[in-house]
Amino acid sequence: MSGTYLGMPAFPEAAAVSTQNAQLRANLSHATRTIRDKRAAAVAELTDWPELRQSGREIKDHTLRHLDRYLLQLEEAVTAAGGTVHWAADAEEANRIVADLVKATGEREVVKVKSMATQEIGLNEALAAEGITAYETDLAELIVQLADDRPSHILVPAIHRNRTEIRDIFADRMATWGRPAPEDLTDSPAHLAEAARLHLREKFLRAKVAVSGANFMIADTGTLVVVESEGNGRMCLTLPETLISVVGIEKVLPTWNDLEVFLQLLPRSSTAERMNPYTSLWTGTTAGDGPRHFHLVLLDNGRTDTLADEVGRQALRCIRCSACLNVCPVYERAGGHAYGSVYPGPIGAILTPQLRGTASEVDASLPYASTLCGACYDACPVAIDIPEVLVHLRERVAEQGTGHRAERAALRAATWLLDHPAAYTAATRAAVGTRRLHPRRLPLPGPAKAWSDTRDLPAMPEQTFRDWWKKNRGEGKTAR
Amino acid sequence: MSSSRERVLARIRAALADVPATEDRPVHRDYLPTHIPEDRPGLLAVLAENLADYRAVVHRGTEADLPELIARLLGERGSTSVAVPADLPAAWLGAVTGVRVVTDSPAVTPGDLDAVGTVITGCALAVAETGTIVLDAGPAQGRRLLTLVPDHHVCVVRGDQVVASLPRALPLLDPTRPQTWISGPSATSDIELDRVEGVHGPRCLEVVLIE
Ligand code: SF4
Repeated sequence: MSGTYLGMPAFPEAAAVSTQNAQLRANLSHATRTIRDKRAAAVAELTDWPELRQSGREIKDHTLRHLDRYLLQLEEAVTAAGGTVHWAADAEEANRIVADLVKATGEREVVKVKSMATQEIGLNEALAAEGITAYETDLAELIVQLADDRPSHILVPAIHRNRTEIRDIFADRMATWGRPAPEDLTDSPAHLAEAARLHLREKFLRAKVAVSGANFMIADTGTLVVVESEGNGRMCLTLPETLISVVGIEKVLPTWNDLEVFLQLLPRSSTAERMNPYTSLWTGTTAGDGPRHFHLVLLDNGRTDTLADEVGRQALRCIRCSACLNVCPVYERAGGHAYGSVYPGPIGAILTPQLRGTASEVDASLPYASTLCGACYDACPVAIDIPEVLVHLRERVAEQGTGHRAERAALRAATWLLDHPAAYTAATRAAVGTRRLHPRRLPLPGPAKAWSDTRDLPAMPEQTFRDWWKKNRGEGKTAR
Repeated sequence: MSSSRERVLARIRAALADVPATEDRPVHRDYLPTHIPEDRPGLLAVLAENLADYRAVVHRGTEADLPELIARLLGERGSTSVAVPADLPAAWLGAVTGVRVVTDSPAVTPGDLDAVGTVITGCALAVAETGTIVLDAGPAQGRRLLTLVPDHHVCVVRGDQVVASLPRALPLLDPTRPQTWISGPSATSDIELDRVEGVHGPRCLEVVLIE
């Protein structure tokens, strides 16, 4: 499998292939169910989840609607704290900025902490073309990189690989990238993690330059925030002399205290933890502690096009938690690779065609990669109405004339899913299971209250239609 | 470079043509300031429980117990070297003998720390609800790399440093300081979602709660 997304088939063809892969389907179905169940429990712990979700949504919307102001404020704060801010209009420009910064240090190697923005722009490949090797240090990203593969999930990028495959990848490939895997490597996760620890520690201890993304940037303080579990983030963010962070312009939040909302929403939605093991926060540079040089590359690359679409711009609220992937019946069967971009699942289906436009066949097919069951909207911690944006983008694709072809192909793919009712039923039932967590009313005080008090949000039904039918009309009626 | 800056800003402004310049929509903050009662014994109990839930090892004691406890933890671990911030209270190591002490200074490299068994620090504060300890390179904490490279971290949390929740914690923290928030030891679930403690950060986190 090649490391590039270029020349990817459109979603329907890719999905038709990946749904035949029994290993992939078994891994995915186990993974998405496990995460989904754990997440529901973590979310249920917070009785004010609907209010947190509403605040998260409003903070993000407010920021996006005044994005120029907050980016300028951020630039000023980062600069005052000793950092340097660069602006990149597209992928090519961002890659050139990073490559030039690395070359200016005289180094030929960089360590990287998992960053979707740098995957989106193809940074590793661009650096390789300049003779610079980028080492991914997240365990899953290491697996993907060693295997010359692509990530398939936002949170667990190597979820399509099982432990035996990972053992073989480490045994075969580690030596060509640095310290070889131990001779007696087994497929126990602890043993594999230990091999990765030894392999990567050598790189961390000698690295002079690191590249990261960021989960959040704080406009009023200039602080960047990276959320992670393994400590590879801390290694990259604190040991090297030069740190280069490539971050999408939509990741800014107005104030320091806004973190209290997002650091409650993100870990629970993502890994179903009360808090992820490590969160690193830094503001520019600090004398005697951490990198001496800090560069922030602010990335547009299609985000302003997305912002220009009044319906579609809500996709920029996304905090990349992956909750929508884990509840999506289409993702569960098709896997992340079928979406043909670094952003898989429901969010990918609306973000990718907006970032890249809908000119290509793969991008035009993405708005059809959904059953519109709505589970993604219910799961989303910042309440992105993914079905609304999907329908909106379908209109756009239809207007440009490619609609019929994309739609026909997508319907063929959907037919497969609907021919496998067990999968579909399980998926829709999971969505209903979380219904009591959904806000009934928008908690709007002041004059808006009169409006919201008379309008209920659409409620999830207590049962799926299928369950209702089975119970009330179906064969099983008397049996249960 | 500055031309891209102007280009991106111009694109943003054009994209937001529908947004009134004077718009000031309120952001509602109706979420709870905490989810737990804020009495001190209760906070410590919740913190201890949540830390243990992440597989951190929690010890309770008084200030007076600390030297013996630290000596015991080093002994149990078999650590022959320990890294400490320069301003660690001297009494904390009062009962430790026969262990090489590496005191944090700019001269201490990551390679030096790689050869150290245990690091001992205090913290800036701890958040009970989320089981989180915050280090901000302040008193008794040292540089960020100190608590990153050694495999065993013993962190001392005073009772009066524990707050209930993130909304309680953030106003107390200084964003100009570099911060590391720690919730349990390093962990990964990347291989078949099996949780494994430790890839790069300390694989063993022991927290001493001082009542
Ligand atoms: S769209 Fe929502 S649920 Fe999906 S990854 Fe983004 S924030 Fe999470």
